[in-house]
Parts: sequence; structure tokens; C-alpha cells
Amino acid sequence: MASSIRVRATSNGDLTEVQTLIQHPMDTGLVKDSKGETIPAHYIQELKFACNGKDVFVANWGTAISKDPYVKFSFKGANKGDDLTISWTDNKGGSDTITAKIA
Amino acid sequence: MTVHTGPHPTRRLILQGAVSVALIGLGNLPFAPARAAANDKYPEEAFKLKNEADAIKALYGKTAEPSDKIKLDAPEIAENGGVVPMSVTTTLDKVTSISFFVAENPNALAASYKFPEGTIPAVANRLKMAKTSNVTAIVEADGKLYSATKEVKVTVGGCGG
Repeated sequence: MASSIRVRATSNGDLTEVQTLIQHPMDTGLVKDSKGETIPAHYIQELKFACNGKDVFVANWGTAISKDPYVKFSFKGANKGDDLTISWTDNKGGSDTITAKIA
Repeated sequence: MTVHTGPHPTRRLILQGAVSVALIGLGNLPFAPARAAANDKYPEEAFKLKNEADAIKALYGKTAEPSDKIKLDAPEIAENGGVVPMSVTTTLDKVTSISFFVAENPNALAASYKFPEGTIPAVANRLKMAKTSNVTAIVEADGKLYSATKEVKVTVGGCGG
């Protein structure tokens, strides 16, 4: 299965810029479908980025994050070729993880 | 004489050193796991609260003061409330957390980000907005809370309307 996570991590001197796009419905639990039935809440709660055995960024999300979430941040202390591990878990116990090389 | 007294001060120093290391170790141990646990847990309760002030209190346990060192970048008018790009940057030091609150959403807290040492205190994401609302960015820096607020006009809400 193709990963739900797309990541671009680019090294620029001491700084690594990370852009991530995740495929996820991020249902709020407030929207009704065409039959008038409420679509149950289904959203990512926690998203973690780890590099060299250390968390570099942690996101806690509610239902107000847009569908197919995007997030961008930068951190110091990593080099080109280092592994960046991204993982998320949602409110239904779903999860996904991917490891990307910093380019 | 010199042969006998020589080793004594050295041994005393080593012992003193060992005792202070042990004391430091004991002093730190009970704190480290407690702090990690508080930081790692998903703040379920804060995300359920409707009111912005309540959610800030539930998440941080204190109130924020406005700061001009926070830049909240969000559109004046969002045509699609389902996808409103916004970002926060700050020149504050020792930032540990940045959170987004949308006052008029069903639940005010939208996202909360943690910044370990070495991570630049800036984040960009995309939020849903039910209707025109104030958006508040809260920055936790050196144990204190700071905020920046901006109104975003929404022409089409992001809640399936």
C-alpha cells in the first residue's frame, strides 16, 4: 500500500526544512452525509517527527485540521542523509509511519 | 610523611565528588519522568472544550499576555473555510509549544505543537473554520504564555454547510 505520508525534508546548512502532506479524511463528527447520517469523527490526534533517536517535532491535532493535513517546520542538528521518521495515530487507532532521508 | 598524607586529600575529593553526583542524581530522578509524561500525553480534554479561554487554561493551566514578538500569518478573507492556511513565527526565546485556537469553531483548540530544543519556533498548517472568527496563536516560551490574535473572515464555512 502506498504510504499516506508524503514528506520532503531538505537540508540547508545546519537547518532542515520539513514539509509533510498526509492523506486522511479528518472527519469532524459534525458533518452529515447525503443520506443525512452523521459521519463519525475520524481524525489524526498525534503526529511525531523523530531524527537520530530524538523527537524533533510533535503535533497534537483536533478536528479543526483540514482534510489531507499539511504541516511545515524546521529544525537544527541533522545532516544530509540522516533518517527522519514520521508517524501518526488517529482517534480510531489507525496509524502509519514512514522513514525518509534528508536530502 | 608526605607519602602517607598524599593519597588522603585525593580520596576525600573523590568521595565528595561521588556523594554530590549521587545527590544530583536523586534530585533529578523524580522530576524527569513526571515532566515527560505530562508532555507526551494527548490533551484530550482541552480539545473537547468549546470556549477558547477554557481550552487555553486546560492545555497550559495559565493565561496568556499579548506579544508583538509573535507573527500570526493568516488570510484577511478565506474563501473556503475548510482549508485556511496559517502560520506562526516568533522571535521569543526558549519556545516549547505553539497552539492555534479558533474562537468560533465548535471546539476552540485546533492544534498544539511541541518544540524540543533545536527546533525552530515556527509552524505552518491548514485549519478548518466554521465561520468568521478570531484566530489566536499561543506561544509558550520560558514557561510563560504569549498570544497574537487576528480576525479571519470566512465566506464559506468549513463544516459541510
